[in-house]
Amino acid sequence: MSGPVLCLVEVDDGEIAGPSQRALAVARSLASGPARADPERADPASAGLPADGGLTAVVFATLGGPADRAAADLAGQGVTELCVVASGELTCYAPVAWARAIEQLIAARSAAAVVAAATDRGAEVLAHLGALTGLPVAANCVAATATSDQNWRLLRHRWAGSLLEDAILAAPVALLTVAADAVAADAVADDGAVPEPASASPDASGQVVAPVSGGAMIPAADMPVTTFAPALQAADLRVRATQSAGQGGGMSLATARVVVGGGRGVGGPDGFAALEELAGLLGGVVGVSRVVTSQGWRPHRQQVGQTGTKISPELYLACGISGAIQHMAGCQSAKHIVAVNTDPDAPIMSRAEYAVIGDLNEVIPALVAAIRAAGGQE
Amino acid sequence: MDILVLVKRVPMVGGKMVLTADGQDVDTRLSGFTVSPHEECAVEEAVQVTERLGGTVTVLTLGPPEAADQLRDMLALGAHRGVLLETDGREWGPIATAAAIAAAIGELGPAAFPLILAGNEAADTGGYQVGIRLAHALGRPCVTGIKRLEVAGDLLRAWRDYGGGQEEFELALPAVVGVKEGINLPRYPSLPGRLRAKRAQIEVRKPAWQADGLRKIALRVPAGSAQRARVLGHGAGAVPELIRVLGDIGVLAPAGRAEADGTVA
Ligand SMILES: Cc1cc2nc3c(=O)[nH]c(=O)nc-3n(C[C@H](O)[C@H](O)[C@H](O)COP(=O)(O)OP(=O)(O)OC[C@H]3O[C@@H](n4cnc5c(N)ncnc54)[C@H](O)[C@@H]3O)c2cc1C
Repeated sequence: MSGPVLCLVEVDDGEIAGPSQRALAVARSLASGPARADPERADPASAGLPADGGLTAVVFATLGGPADRAAADLAGQGVTELCVVASGELTCYAPVAWARAIEQLIAARSAAAVVAAATDRGAEVLAHLGALTGLPVAANCVAATATSDQNWRLLRHRWAGSLLEDAILAAPVALLTVAADAVAADAVADDGAVPEPASASPDASGQVVAPVSGGAMIPAADMPVTTFAPALQAADLRVRATQSAGQGGGMSLATARVVVGGGRGVGGPDGFAALEELAGLLGGVVGVSRVVTSQGWRPHRQQVGQTGTKISPELYLACGISGAIQHMAGCQSAKHIVAVNTDPDAPIMSRAEYAVIGDLNEVIPALVAAIRAAGGQE
Repeated sequence: MDILVLVKRVPMVGGKMVLTADGQDVDTRLSGFTVSPHEECAVEEAVQVTERLGGTVTVLTLGPPEAADQLRDMLALGAHRGVLLETDGREWGPIATAAAIAAAIGELGPAAFPLILAGNEAADTGGYQVGIRLAHALGRPCVTGIKRLEVAGDLLRAWRDYGGGQEEFELALPAVVGVKEGINLPRYPSLPGRLRAKRAQIEVRKPAWQADGLRKIALRVPAGSAQRARVLGHGAGAVPELIRVLGDIGVLAPAGRAEADGTVA
């Protein structure tokens, strides 16, 4: 591969969105050539080919362009070009138009690969790009290496990360999405300097870890900012977001520092009062299992898991939850998991760090009382 | 309105992922099979639309002969017609799958389905593209990740989550929409529904397998899923130890503040 790796970067409030950071880590590893020696995985005969085309961050200027802050951050992520896609017609998100623009950018730059985060937008745009170009798309990757001109060795998630797949992608241009909830890529040095481009290598659990420290310093000013004006047809703009509205208010399950989980073991809608109370005391929110939402005990927006919300709290206190893989797929990024369950052999016992064996209807009220008592003493 | 819904048969894995000895597949000897919750919701949504506007719901799957079971499950939820694109059990990639579905729709009469719903992504392979590739093959607009939709005449309005809020799309029918769980609360199959599903005739077609650009080498279960939790104790007696752990983790502070504020009575 010779051309640059293009990475679609989503900017959120002037900053690089978390999932895009992970996409950048994988894109950087592709752009910087041979994957870190990984005796377990890499076939020595097919170690990655070095690329020389650099890493181009592609940002769509629907909201007046990326903030300077994001540009500086991108320079600190090993990005060698920031390409701002702008056109009078592109005033809001339009999936086919975004894909069309990237298709034209692939041709203009002779790009070797396109990488995007597997967010709603990233996954959607890359699927459209795959359809427009007839190229395959590998979704939810956690690592990628070029093994020859048209071959890519990939590690990707299946079952939302409950399973890993080693795969080979045969394509003149690799189209990849990167698992949006894989563990955060390490931030680059505070001074904005770029360390030597490092490869994103998944650890044994299949999470992306991007070692980026030490190495060559490239000042942010060296990253050229270019603009690209795609040629769009009316049909490309047929589907677009006509309105985006934040709801605001309330703590988000996805970002809460503490999540108190409730499953079938809670027994019914009334049982959640104690969990809500505990969540309030811990400055957190309640999350639930699919059994709870499909029974109609709680709304789906509180569901944690593969088809619900992915959480990344400091503490996940899972009460009356068995620990089905599809539920656990939603809390892979939780720092600490504590289970409260009557069954010492429940599957969650092999995923949690700590466990209390017992009836949550007894344990949770006692815990609430103890926290209140301790608080009262302060 | 006649609506087509795409579903996929996947193993119903519970607490533990177990692979076959060759690492090529999930061991399904002890598991049942199901469709993704996204797809169940897509069927429910289609049934609700036809309950309001009239018309029929056809469910289609590409899979092994046994996938007829999942079509029957969906018929029991209120779908009217089941179509099986029968495979020999080999895994199909998204390009070939979308092409086979597009060809089948061509034969079923493309005009017959102004609305095609798909689950947002398959539960197992998570490729996120069959619906979109199908939309391109049929020359239709498409939107995915949808948590709410409204059909009014030839227009479809659809909403999905974005940045703590929602974004809205307007599509002219015919269209393809990828649906997510949470768009509705699927009903339980009724007894008459189940009986009807059992007797229903499934239409079978046999498309030819084609290689995709993405080839599986092997599957593996991520490491770190076999630790053992440290048991802090039993019942309410474990609370002091639990409090100590929560303190170590550093999550007890907000409670103290809330108490001090008097916001928690
Ligand atoms: C494709 C697919 C996607 C899915 N997506 C999701 C998802 O996003 N999120 C999700 O949660 N599930 C999902 N599921 C469903 C998942 O497989 C499980 O069915 C579900 O997570 C089980 O919920 P549960 O743990 O509450 O119930 P159960 O599995 O029934 O477990 C209940 C637990 O509570 C314990 N218990 C009972 N009474 C008490 C008590 N009084 N005190 C303490 N403990 C008690 C029991 O010992 C048991 O361990 C999905 C399934 C599929 C096939």
